[in-house]
Amino acid sequence: MPRFESVDHLTQYRRQLKAKFDPEQPRVLVCAGPGCLPLGSEEVAQAFKEALAEKGLNGKVVLKVSGCQGLCARGVRVLLRPREISYQKVTVQDVPEIVETTLVNGGIVDRLIYQDPASQEKFSHKGEIPFYKNQQPIVLRKLDIIDPESLDDYLLMGGYRSLRKIFFEMTPEQVIDLVERSGLRGRGGAGFPTGRKWRICREAPEAVKFVICNGDEGDPGAFMDRAVMEGDPHAVIEGMIVGAYAIGARQGHIYVRHEYPLAVKRLKLAIEQARDAGFLGNNILRSGFNFDIKVSQGSGAFVCGEETALIASIEGFIGEPSPRPPYPAQSGLFGLPTVINNVETWANVPEIINMGGDWYTAIGTEKSKGTKVFSLVGAVNHTGLVEVPMGTTLRQIIYDLGGGIPDNKAFKAVQTGGPSGGCIPAKFLDLPVDYDSLQEVGSIMGSGGMIVMDETSCMVDVARYFIGFLHAESCGKCTPCREGLTQLKYIYNEIINGRGEEWHIPLMEELCAAMGSASICGLGQSAVNPVLSTLKYFRDEYEAHIRDKKCPALVCRPLLKYTIDPETCTGCLACVRECPVGAITGLKKEAQEIDQELCIKCGLCYEMCQFDAVKRE
Amino acid sequence: MDEARLESILSRYEGEPYDLIPILQDIQDNYGFLPKEEVKAVARRINVPITQVYSVATFYKMFSLIPKGKHQLKVCLGTTCHLKGGQRLVDSLSSRLGVEVGYTSKDGQFSLETVGCLGSCAQAPVMMVDDKYHARVTVDKVPKILKQYQT
Repeated sequence: MPRFESVDHLTQYRRQLKAKFDPEQPRVLVCAGPGCLPLGSEEVAQAFKEALAEKGLNGKVVLKVSGCQGLCARGVRVLLRPREISYQKVTVQDVPEIVETTLVNGGIVDRLIYQDPASQEKFSHKGEIPFYKNQQPIVLRKLDIIDPESLDDYLLMGGYRSLRKIFFEMTPEQVIDLVERSGLRGRGGAGFPTGRKWRICREAPEAVKFVICNGDEGDPGAFMDRAVMEGDPHAVIEGMIVGAYAIGARQGHIYVRHEYPLAVKRLKLAIEQARDAGFLGNNILRSGFNFDIKVSQGSGAFVCGEETALIASIEGFIGEPSPRPPYPAQSGLFGLPTVINNVETWANVPEIINMGGDWYTAIGTEKSKGTKVFSLVGAVNHTGLVEVPMGTTLRQIIYDLGGGIPDNKAFKAVQTGGPSGGCIPAKFLDLPVDYDSLQEVGSIMGSGGMIVMDETSCMVDVARYFIGFLHAESCGKCTPCREGLTQLKYIYNEIINGRGEEWHIPLMEELCAAMGSASICGLGQSAVNPVLSTLKYFRDEYEAHIRDKKCPALVCRPLLKYTIDPETCTGCLACVRECPVGAITGLKKEAQEIDQELCIKCGLCYEMCQFDAVKRE
Repeated sequence: MDEARLESILSRYEGEPYDLIPILQDIQDNYGFLPKEEVKAVARRINVPITQVYSVATFYKMFSLIPKGKHQLKVCLGTTCHLKGGQRLVDSLSSRLGVEVGYTSKDGQFSLETVGCLGSCAQAPVMMVDDKYHARVTVDKVPKILKQYQT
């Protein structure tokens, strides 16, 4: 990789790459995204390496480990380009057959291709699979094409092309105008117009400014940013260079949570590559512009996803938020003007510069432009990462892309926006998803977590889970959040332990009103969303817990009763060994019995039993 | 205190107060916890009050003031893992190893922790042992996984 001294040098190098690239050459892409990696991507890639060598295909077939290929539910995914044959649930044992059948003989391994759960129809090509067909990827576009550790791959896809335009054809103000015209809004959750944020920062009088990438993706159930940082790290860097040029910053920071070690590794590598190639450092491509980026790692605090807390953390303090205003764009890192944008926002920027603001505004709804990446998880057939235009309905996402609810169960709710979001019931399935529509129904866009729940989820338990999560993560600085969450947690515990009272519900509403208006930061202000949305749409479930002391979804432990059906029990003793309190007794090969006095209702026996002999009511 | 060991970490930084967290992260990774004498030395070196070091060390979840076990078990309790039985996984590990969340087993083999979300939600429930992800860990898979690490 040369060090690029000018844009012409870069263009010339890109031409050489294109000339060398043979579009007909077979390429095997093994997905190592957040979903496939735990299923054994590394082992599958190794098996390909060996199988290709054995068949003498080294050099003829290109093997790459890619970022997320989207349909995580059917991992490990393998994509064979240029034919775009998409194999799923690939294990090490399948690899020799793929090499033999597809790469040597040009056929298809039928058992590894996608089959629609409803119609049973089979599709071998990526473009035919409904999950992919209905998407419009901008941010995720390169994830199943490039090797995230190769700068050449990124350059071949047009990477760092936006630098020519901004450095040599545009003033910083024109860059801001373009981003403002595109209508891009912050993808971290609140949806603040990106261009306006940049302008405020640009116009601040201080000479030293910063850009920050917020990669502290803490929302449980969300992995969009992880997938982008791991799968296309240079896009984030390129976006930040554009932003830094626009506002006049010389230093950038990427703040990544420490639970994402691979993202940290890939970003550090990409920064090094960008420095060596001359995209970072002094006098970038002879533009006279200097800029560099540092990676800061989080240390395991959810609240650091809040921008003022994140800044405090980079400065070396505990992650306590500060009241806004002043906003970071006026007074941020070390008290200096700072633009802080989320990973997905930054990754959108290069393409907006390349394609223009009008191209972007043509996608999406009136007030929310472009696409949004969602991590579609929970009770849905096609769990994975999707990118759709703003305004796509929940039904399209969950049913058309997501393939509906597994096991013929009924849809109950979809939770968006992480712990700060709400639970949306079935009656809003046809809601077009954008920043404003989600807020109207009591939830938020958030960073893009979308958790589907079926009839087996208890909405009281879900709300209690988020309150418990936020209670543990509240920094404790302001009273409404600290004490409000403590009291809400107490009330939820009373309710699920069968001690709920009618007056608990109005008290919760009162607490929420106080927290929502008086907490310092978004954590406390929006902590009320899971409570209020479930109280509004699923009040009957609260009433069942409080009045009848029953959990209709059979989730809340203390309200359950476990028994063993003597007819079906084989006496295998699997449950006896698992019971942590020794509550199950009986002779070997005979029916067992649970002592209700001792039983702590942990449900381990229910899960261990292979014969469905443990009953739950 | 092993001064050379600490020095090899400190020498990577400029020694400014804002280096505090990365230095503590390096010590945590290198030692497995934050030893008292080392922490005091860091405070002196980068000119940060020991009270601030202590507040940082106890605020962030990744830091530990007591030594951790040989293997780190991190059970995900993100929303999807919660819905799919993450808590039962914690209970099973806890009772099998005789260790509470946040502590280390008596033989020093395993430390048990829960985390907000590991970001592999499509494979819930998920747990990490050291740097290795384990997918779709239902309670019945626990003995087999632990066996891989028990010596």
